[in-house]
Amino acid sequence: MNPKISGLKPYGPHINRDMNPIILHYEEYEAFRLNDYENKNQTEAAELMQISRPTFTRIYMRARKKVAAALVEGREILIEGGTVYTSEEWSVCNDCHSVFNVERSLSRDNATHIKCPLCGSMNITSQDAY
Amino acid sequence: MKVAISSTGNSVESKVDPRFGRCPFFCIYDVDTDSYTFEANNSMNSEHGAGPAAVQFVTSFNVGKIVSGDFGFKIKPILENLGIQMIVIKDNKTISDIITLLKNNK
Repeated sequence: MNPKISGLKPYGPHINRDMNPIILHYEEYEAFRLNDYENKNQTEAAELMQISRPTFTRIYMRARKKVAAALVEGREILIEGGTVYTSEEWSVCNDCHSVFNVERSLSRDNATHIKCPLCGSMNITSQDAY
Repeated sequence: MKVAISSTGNSVESKVDPRFGRCPFFCIYDVDTDSYTFEANNSMNSEHGAGPAAVQFVTSFNVGKIVSGDFGFKIKPILENLGIQMIVIKDNKTISDIITLLKNNK
């Protein structure tokens, strides 16, 4: 289930905006969601995620620590898998010739999986700027 | 998923407008229900801030993507923060052309 939000931003008078955002990986978001929001026990949650219970616990504890750090240190949380379209990286569709910006996570590693949002073609070329 | 398309007129035969902030109409196309509406753009004649005002207007329809001929530098970061994808087309497509492409891409 894709996260509804792309992340959370802190607000308040003592925020230091230069701090690095905390990246919550998709599996960490899932573990947190299943355990703390859906109230599954760790055995059920591990089964749903198709991982062992100790692995689930490790992932879940990482999620908890990250959320705690964000709260205490006033840092932004970026949720991997939450859709963020970066304005820095653009691609061209060689079929319909549209130019579009891409999801932040896709632009870094999986350029080959980009699909044109207009015509659906996979015949895409990355370009540096628009 | 809803898509906003900047439009030169209020019919599907209208061309996609090359500007985002000052286009006279937006077509809001709902891919899931294959239905559309045309909304008049009140920011069209604003002296300043037409782009950001148009973003406010368009996001009230909960769109996930916007198709236009150009997006100004002031609104690119706004749309990025809102998680709305920008699609630029530079050829002479009509609203109907865009809707057909989106429909076949479902």
